[in-house]
Amino acid sequence: MNYFEQGITWLNDPLNWTNPGGLLERLVEHLTISGLAVLLGCLVGWPIGIWLGHRGKGGNAVITVANLTLAIPTLALLTILPLTPLGFGRPPVVVALAVFAVPPLLANAYTGLRQIDPETRDAAKGMGLSGGQLLRQVELPLSVPYLAAGLRTAAVQVVATAALASFVNGGGLGQIISAGFGLGMSQGGGGQIVAGGIVVALLALIVEGVLAVVQRVVTPKPLRVRRRRRSAPAAVPAG
Amino acid sequence: MSFLSWGLAASPLAAPADDGPGNPWFSWRYLSENGDAILDKLIFHAGLTAQTVLIALVVAIPLAVVAYWIRPLTGPILALSGVLYTIPSLALLALLAPALGTTSIASVLVALVLYALLVLVRNSLAGLTGVPDEVRDAAAGMGYGRVGTLFRIELPLALPGILTGLRLATVSTVALVTVGSLIGQGGLGDLILGGFRNNFYKAQILTGAILCVALALVLDLVLAGIGRLLTPWTRGRTS
Repeated sequence: MNYFEQGITWLNDPLNWTNPGGLLERLVEHLTISGLAVLLGCLVGWPIGIWLGHRGKGGNAVITVANLTLAIPTLALLTILPLTPLGFGRPPVVVALAVFAVPPLLANAYTGLRQIDPETRDAAKGMGLSGGQLLRQVELPLSVPYLAAGLRTAAVQVVATAALASFVNGGGLGQIISAGFGLGMSQGGGGQIVAGGIVVALLALIVEGVLAVVQRVVTPKPLRVRRRRRSAPAAVPAG
Repeated sequence: MSFLSWGLAASPLAAPADDGPGNPWFSWRYLSENGDAILDKLIFHAGLTAQTVLIALVVAIPLAVVAYWIRPLTGPILALSGVLYTIPSLALLALLAPALGTTSIASVLVALVLYALLVLVRNSLAGLTGVPDEVRDAAAGMGYGRVGTLFRIELPLALPGILTGLRLATVSTVALVTVGSLIGQGGLGDLILGGFRNNFYKAQILTGAILCVALALVLDLVLAGIGRLLTPWTRGRTS
């Protein structure tokens, strides 16, 4: 546990937090990039997923898209996008991360609308609700737990993959780790690498925990039935 | 000749030669001049993926059986692998690398195995719990013991679930291997990152990325084919 202690020592030095390029600055960068990516992912994934779920079509396409993105390495998008007209800097990183946020958001939105009891839908139609009213007043409220679950999966994954942005100097907490590897073991890099690893891991676990609470809070009480947890679609690892 | 130019010449991937105008996304010349190096990376990538998935499988199936036999352990085993799964790949690598060697393949291998584990345990367990009670009763009635039931009845019936897990784990592992390029053990990821660092050499980046996706898809198809051969009784059923 020698390196672990070095990591703790590194974290205990206040200068490592406040220096330019220190932990605090990187943390803000990390959260900004992640937030923007999740936002972009929501703007793309939710409307498409909700529309497909409302129409009841395209389930196979959703699954295919989700499986295909599993095969694309994050590193590939992170390196390719800056060379497109998006240019260098933050936009390509945000877009690359958003690409991986879309599948869980899309798939969960689709599932959320599809799992609604067809009889509920029939009853709403029988009461004279139009397609738009059905969507707003019946389908969306009933699919909130799924939308929240998708958001949680996507956000955790984006926070995790945002660490890889450091490979292309995109900022974020990954820079701490990359810089540590740059220093080398003999220069005290080991401590910095471990410290970066601890912070990134903790951040992912905290985001997961916070969003789990959010998911519970936004779920209307009658829908809070204990669901079988294993049936939830597994998250995609941060690749 | 300075040591700098010597270092460039000795690197396995030649610097962009005269490639025609600009920086093309695809270049036959790059492919033909670096064919051996590319093939080496591809073989390394495939080999690392195979090792990871095999080790993970050998660990995951006994874990799933333990979780299945001893119900109180199901929660903790799934929770532990869930936490491991939430930890970003880069953080895991950062925590392991200083202890296992910053350039050693072992760090990447251990991190990848830990990742593949959750998918495999979860799907194997889902497959095992999906065995109908009547089938289990029938097995007991025919005089099968616990171990006999497991090997002759339950594991074969859980095979579709295990194979699904195997395919997911393989595809995500292929993408995850690229993260190892941080310490120069990323297979095709080394090509991608190397191209990015080598004056944004687009042909090399795209070659690495396309090979990576292609490898994932080919392995997925191969596993799907093996699955079809191993579980002939699922053929003809639509679900």
